[in-house]
Amino acid sequence: MDFLIFEHPILIVQALMDGVLLGILFALIAYGMALQWGVMNIINIAQGELVIMGGYVAYFLYMYGIHPAYGVIVSPIVMYFVGIGIYKLVINKVVDKDLFTSILATFGISILMMQLMNFVFGADVVVAQSNFGTTMLFDNSVTLPNSKIFASVVSVLAAIVLVLYMKKSKLGRAIRATAQNARAAKILGVDTEKVYASTFGINAALCGVAGALIAITFTLHPYVGLPYTVRSFMIVIVAGLGNLPGVALSGMGLGVFEEFADYLLGTEFRIAAVFLLLVLILMYRRFKLARSREYLK
Amino acid sequence: MKKLLNRLVAIFSIFSLLLGFSSAQARVDGDVITLGAAVSLTGKYSTNGEHTKNGYNLAVKRINDMGGVKVGGKSYKFAVKYYDDESNSKRAAQLAERLIKQDGVKYMLGPYSSGLTKAMAPVTEENKIPMVEANGASRSLFTKGYKYLFAVLSPANQYLEVAIDLAVEKNGGKPVKIAMAFEQDPFSQDVRLGILDAAKRTKSKIIIDDKLPKELNDMAATLAKVKAVKPDVLVVSGHSKGALTAIRQISEMKVDVKMLAMTHCDASKLAKQHGKKAEYALCASQWHKSLSYKDNYFGSGLKYDKDFTAAYGYAPPYQAAESSAALLVYKDAFERANSFDTKKVRDALAKTDMQTFYGNVKFGSGGQNTAKPMVLFQVRCTGDKCENKVVAPTKWASAKLVHPVPSWSKR
Repeated sequence: MDFLIFEHPILIVQALMDGVLLGILFALIAYGMALQWGVMNIINIAQGELVIMGGYVAYFLYMYGIHPAYGVIVSPIVMYFVGIGIYKLVINKVVDKDLFTSILATFGISILMMQLMNFVFGADVVVAQSNFGTTMLFDNSVTLPNSKIFASVVSVLAAIVLVLYMKKSKLGRAIRATAQNARAAKILGVDTEKVYASTFGINAALCGVAGALIAITFTLHPYVGLPYTVRSFMIVIVAGLGNLPGVALSGMGLGVFEEFADYLLGTEFRIAAVFLLLVLILMYRRFKLARSREYLK
Repeated sequence: MKKLLNRLVAIFSIFSLLLGFSSAQARVDGDVITLGAAVSLTGKYSTNGEHTKNGYNLAVKRINDMGGVKVGGKSYKFAVKYYDDESNSKRAAQLAERLIKQDGVKYMLGPYSSGLTKAMAPVTEENKIPMVEANGASRSLFTKGYKYLFAVLSPANQYLEVAIDLAVEKNGGKPVKIAMAFEQDPFSQDVRLGILDAAKRTKSKIIIDDKLPKELNDMAATLAKVKAVKPDVLVVSGHSKGALTAIRQISEMKVDVKMLAMTHCDASKLAKQHGKKAEYALCASQWHKSLSYKDNYFGSGLKYDKDFTAAYGYAPPYQAAESSAALLVYKDAFERANSFDTKKVRDALAKTDMQTFYGNVKFGSGGQNTAKPMVLFQVRCTGDKCENKVVAPTKWASAKLVHPVPSWSKR
């Protein structure tokens, strides 16, 4: 146990802020995963690679002297079409198969994407400079990089746009109908094939936004996608499938929990602590389910 | 019965094929000595794998052009048989097996990275095949009692020890407060052990000892702690990702620390990618072109830099230089052994005591190079152009160490 955080209480504020900012960004990625998991019943192992590819789009702009923040506009457009392409090539063949098949297929896609990015951009770790500066609070004792604040604001905006789109637009309604009951939707004239393709495209576009934000807040490398996949998977599990508002909350919650675990238990346990929490939540869920099952009996 | 006979015949023919194969491609064919190497040409180490291969090739060409290797009064040429290990340690071990058993290679060169060297070393050791490696610095490679492994580079625990000594020196010989953040991989943890030794030796106190998970790309928590406790030195090691993340977040969070020492500044192109934000960072390096070592093949570091740039179109990172040095060591050992017997070559390697453009080479009992110190750069900028200047050891210093690092409010 480390009590540094109590000796310097200002660290609590820093940890909270860092956790929330980190969590919002992860929640955006998880949002795409939840959407596509809910609609298509596919767990996308290549989610992290879509994010990193989105990041490379922003980095590509940066290499040509364009500010990488424009990546949040360009990257989703590019990634939407990449997503549609992946759907047409592979996903449409596994969409109605069992979960294991789709996991294998997306795992294959993730390997392919990693090698492709390695081939095009090389194996070096790269960063795109935003030069956004820093926000200092409490007499400079809490420092928040503006790039992270920018990332959170953009993530929240992207999520709001998506929710509105899902509620108001025709395609959004079709997506929701397909998620509820694909067969019924099909009978009622919804082109589910098109719905699936768009859903996968929208997921890839969200990953594109997140990737562009990661390019200016963290680092890019063809092989660092997996942590993003795992993290978004966890956020979705904790929130519960089909619970989109829960995704934002669980993303931020896990972010804050991780930061505090770092301060209290040590950096080496921060990821372990998050996984432990996941196990506890799953056990609690099971316990609750078992109880309601008993009532039914 | 007939089935059994058929099977026996099949097994026998496979064996004879294998035998035929290995005798056809022996270790020395005519006047060519074939060395085996598995390097990462694809996968996450592909950049450094390429540097390694280019380093090997440049030295092979240079040695062959200058008369080759003289054994028993006859001149032989070097050739390297390469395989791509895909940056995968299992594949590296398989390829070592293949090079030795199928291709009949009797002398090996190392792969890139400690992890892959660790995977290959048991295979070469078991088959009693000498391996001169240039890119595996992990201390654990040299504590296993391997007899056939030789490394031309300094072991990982020496990487940043110099920085602690320097900090103590600048503190008027008094102990310092150290904060460390190391990734949880074999290499970085070895660097950490070196710092622990240096701290003990100088009676310095370690006030933060963070072990960063491999998948971590956010160091904000560690840096917030550093801001709160104000250490004299901050030491960071986590490959290229760690170096780039550290500089990005230190500059964004305005973390003021008197000395910042790290590894992989070269590999991550820190000065180029982060520019002025990286200024004053101290970086450990195996080699720098301005060091005054000399040999008959490449002349000096500066000449090596020129020749390498002419051949491959980019300036050689230390990974390339040390790979070239491995070939020079092999050549020297072959000539002293005056034989192709692997045992004799191994004994000659163990007795190596020479200078190359890359540094002095003399192997300790574990196979590590004990004759070459690490150097420390400091990133210095003039205008927007930043480069690495050697600041320690003082013998080779081309610039004076800036200490303490100016605070962010003044930069």
